[in-house]
Amino acid sequence: MSDPTPTAKLAAAGVLARARWHPFEFVFWILAFSSIWLLPNKHLILTEVAWLALFALSLDLILGYAGILSLGHAAFFGVGSYAAALLAKHGLVTEPVFGLIGAGLIAAVVGFATSFLMLRGADLTRLMVSLGVALVLRELANQFGGLTGGADGLQGVTMEPILGRFRFDMFGHNGYVYCLIVLFVLFLMARRLMASPFGLSLLAIKGNPLRARAIGIGVDARLVAVYTIAAFYAGVAGGLLAQTTAFSSLDVFSFDRSADLLLVLIIGGVGYLYGGLIGAVIFKVMQDYLAQLTPQYWPFWIGLVLVVLVLVGRDRVTRWTGPVRALAARLDWRAKRQPS
Amino acid sequence: MTIALQTSHLVKRFGGLTATNDVSINIEAGARHALIGPNGAGKTTLINLLTGILQPTSGSILLNGVDVTTVSPQKRVRLGMVRTFQINQLFPDLTPLETVGLAISERHGDGADFWRVAGTKPGINSEIADILDRFRLADVMNTRTGILPYGKQRLLEIAVAIACRPKVLLLDEPAAGVPDEERHEILASIAALPKDVTVVLIEHDMDIVFAFSEKISVLVNGGLFVEGSAAEVARDPRVKAVYLGESLDA
Repeated sequence: MSDPTPTAKLAAAGVLARARWHPFEFVFWILAFSSIWLLPNKHLILTEVAWLALFALSLDLILGYAGILSLGHAAFFGVGSYAAALLAKHGLVTEPVFGLIGAGLIAAVVGFATSFLMLRGADLTRLMVSLGVALVLRELANQFGGLTGGADGLQGVTMEPILGRFRFDMFGHNGYVYCLIVLFVLFLMARRLMASPFGLSLLAIKGNPLRARAIGIGVDARLVAVYTIAAFYAGVAGGLLAQTTAFSSLDVFSFDRSADLLLVLIIGGVGYLYGGLIGAVIFKVMQDYLAQLTPQYWPFWIGLVLVVLVLVGRDRVTRWTGPVRALAARLDWRAKRQPS
Repeated sequence: MTIALQTSHLVKRFGGLTATNDVSINIEAGARHALIGPNGAGKTTLINLLTGILQPTSGSILLNGVDVTTVSPQKRVRLGMVRTFQINQLFPDLTPLETVGLAISERHGDGADFWRVAGTKPGINSEIADILDRFRLADVMNTRTGILPYGKQRLLEIAVAIACRPKVLLLDEPAAGVPDEERHEILASIAALPKDVTVVLIEHDMDIVFAFSEKISVLVNGGLFVEGSAAEVARDPRVKAVYLGESLDA
């Protein structure tokens, strides 16, 4: 091999840009994990933040990367939730980590089966199909009351300790650490996935499916793959809810849940993986704070924030935080080696 | 001479409208072949049939002797038939570097690879760099495609197709909309295409057609009207009458 040309050296550096860790990301995860010690009496709500973040991350994989709009993502969340609860209740898989993987896999199977419906049509069609799938699954759960407990929810679930050692305590300490670690591990996997040629090809499909086909990308197969992966993530998120509350009810499939999820992701921003995580924090904190302030009217304030957010526009928010990001870029010693 | 691309009795009807009418074209390997015709002559339909976006009503398409009539668009790309678009069809969120890299990965069959960070495969960076250099895109390789100047996007449009390493390259009005001062860059890059690549040029601009092509096929009303060397077609009075008009006399 001859020596790389200057362009090849530049290309070798530039091509890794997406995979490189930004300093903000370290700060984010250090803050997230320090909450274990810094906010010990908030662990119950932080647990909800963690599974909601994972759920929103799942939606970001299909919406932010592949451009698939869904209003029924709760379908996979619900399947994961019931699967985790049922596996534990009937003693099929008693260890929570394995139960969680099982729940994710079962949701992934449902995701794979329904992904073919999502290949047809444009945004509106997909919106309706996803909504329909969630409604159908909810009614199935309602009808098979013998298995799922129907409208009363699935009672009598007892969770074994995690890895046989860490019991789900009533203050939610172990439950939170468990959820946070699951979120972190699955986030790292998603990050890796999206920095791969597969991830790039998804962005290509989102940007221009016509051209994606014209450079030889099997568009349908890629969409099926990412939809299945996202269903796994949503299933794990649902499984976390079921395991930390030892309960599952029809509400896991509800339309509200899918719609709220879209809100969470839009608040945080789509297509950079952290949007769902940041959105989940903002959404839950806002919900918690506003619910204390005005117990009946908190959705009003959430709605108002959303309208303001859309009117102001993310561009402007990005501009406001520009100086902070510029400072961070200057502190990023690796960025200095990168000719911009 | 071997035939790179062959259509025989290709017909496409949309309801009562015959957009492609019994077209049989043979394009030799390594040829520089132009496809011209007035608006509505069926050029775009023909391209869509060749690349597999549309299925013909009847007739067949052979690529290097292989019948590809019913083969999917992405499979045809892997068999070596690649096109560019008259209106840029690029990936706005990716950089030129990523776009070219992606096309190369797909050609190697690594596009579905989900557990390897893009760009870490040995050799791929020098291959990307080579194409970026050839199409004068090295200085903007890390800029998002969506905000590139039009001329650069036009170059990328062709560079992406070349990254697929085509055997037959269909260029759909490559210089469309490019300002005069940036035109030579596009034309130079087309002229510098490797000789073993068969190039089919779909073009309105007669200067480009005659500067570039050895053989010309004229389409009128969906059918093949005249075919011959550039000089023959230029002299043909029927072609002048239906299509070329004044532009040849200038």
